[in-house]
Amino acid sequence: MSTNDSTSQPEDAEVGGNGRPGRYYSYGIPYLSIDDYPGKLIAIEGTDGVGRSTQIRLLREWLEVQGYGVVETGWTRSELMQPTIDLAKASNTLNKLTFVLLYATDFADRLEKEIIPALKAGFIVLSDRYIFTALARAGVRGVDRAWIRSLYGFGIAPHLVFYLRIDEKSLIRRVLQSRGMDYWESGMDLKLGDDIYESFRVYQKALLKEYTSMADEFGFRVLDARRKVEVIQDELRRQIAAFLAESDVPAAPMAVRAE
Amino acid sequence: MEGIDGSGKTTQLGLLAKWLSAAGHPVFMTEWNSSALVKAATKTGKKKNALTPMTFSLLHATDFADRLLYNIIPPLKAGMIVLADRYTYTAFARDSARGVDRRWVRELYSFAVKPDIAVYFRVPIDVSVDRLLARRVKLKFYEAGLDMGWSTNAVESFRIFQGKVLDEYDRLVDEFDLSVVNASSSITEQQRVFRKLVSQHLEIENVDERLDESA
Repeated sequence: MSTNDSTSQPEDAEVGGNGRPGRYYSYGIPYLSIDDYPGKLIAIEGTDGVGRSTQIRLLREWLEVQGYGVVETGWTRSELMQPTIDLAKASNTLNKLTFVLLYATDFADRLEKEIIPALKAGFIVLSDRYIFTALARAGVRGVDRAWIRSLYGFGIAPHLVFYLRIDEKSLIRRVLQSRGMDYWESGMDLKLGDDIYESFRVYQKALLKEYTSMADEFGFRVLDARRKVEVIQDELRRQIAAFLAESDVPAAPMAVRAE
Repeated sequence: MEGIDGSGKTTQLGLLAKWLSAAGHPVFMTEWNSSALVKAATKTGKKKNALTPMTFSLLHATDFADRLLYNIIPPLKAGMIVLADRYTYTAFARDSARGVDRRWVRELYSFAVKPDIAVYFRVPIDVSVDRLLARRVKLKFYEAGLDMGWSTNAVESFRIFQGKVLDEYDRLVDEFDLSVVNASSSITEQQRVFRKLVSQHLEIENVDERLDESA
């Protein structure tokens, strides 16, 4: 990472998984200070078909019953970029660089307009996928690792990252059962071959490898996604409860909880 | 080609292209923020004034990546002279003036091709404003930096914002060794200096080619 001279901008930046939980990964957004906000950011990562949205729905319910304010955010849902990304995907005009940059723009929009305001207002933000999805997809496509980590240096490191891990075989079956394969999720842009199943298999396998390689770098809490929904949910709740208990989240109104 | 609005660089670029074409050099022109891919998002964002400095920066980088791969690298490979009306330095200057981290935006554009020659048309803010007003150009929202909320008056906001952009350009001149043309001088004088700068570079390349052939 080359660092050019700069005037009043922070000098203690580190890139690549060194962001302390709740802080910017690297250079951050200089005009948006995120000191001392009361909220917490929790990311649920994993490939397709690991049940992320089910787990998030259950977590939200559980947290709200305890009196915590919850905001959900996803990947590529920003008002600004959704039409462009849909259009670009439909016409296959994306190359790997524009692909990465469009997603980063979308993330920046959500970070500034949804995530940071929610954190400042004291919400628990549950993120269905986070920057690791982008890092994994870019990694598979051969985008420079240092470059993309620098790019996402404006992101906030979540307080907790849960990675729902699944093996290749179970993953393929689950995706086929749910919504089937599509062009991008099959990595067809990588021109791995005309056989869509084979392309899908190779692509998803490479994705899993990327996620695994990030586990240490970004401190993933890895959960086996092949277990029952309730078992995974219990584990998530146990870890989140422990985290909330030792952090200074504005106490939920436990006193009024109906016991 | 770099310079703030009203620096006259587009005029200079047109004249240079004429000269190069007449001399038999195949020329390809590319303009900042012109790819079809991100036009939709830029338009939506601009219409709703919904762009933040970060999304503004990233959208322009996306546009640049798209043009680099389709409009810059292929003509270069085909041996053409690519004339870029604004290049990465525009992003460095504008985004930094908006408060985006300088190091971040430089690293962001590290996938770009380094130009063989980068010319900066330097003009004082008053000259730029006078030229734009004389042409009855309606100052655009983002070009005038109205998104920053420094002033609600478009001309005043333009002065403040482009003043900061000029400071950033001055920084870039040293950092990236940009060739500076005094854009306050007459059109013909600027073109003379511009052609001289470019011809030096073309001659050097010609010499190299001859050396290669004799080797």
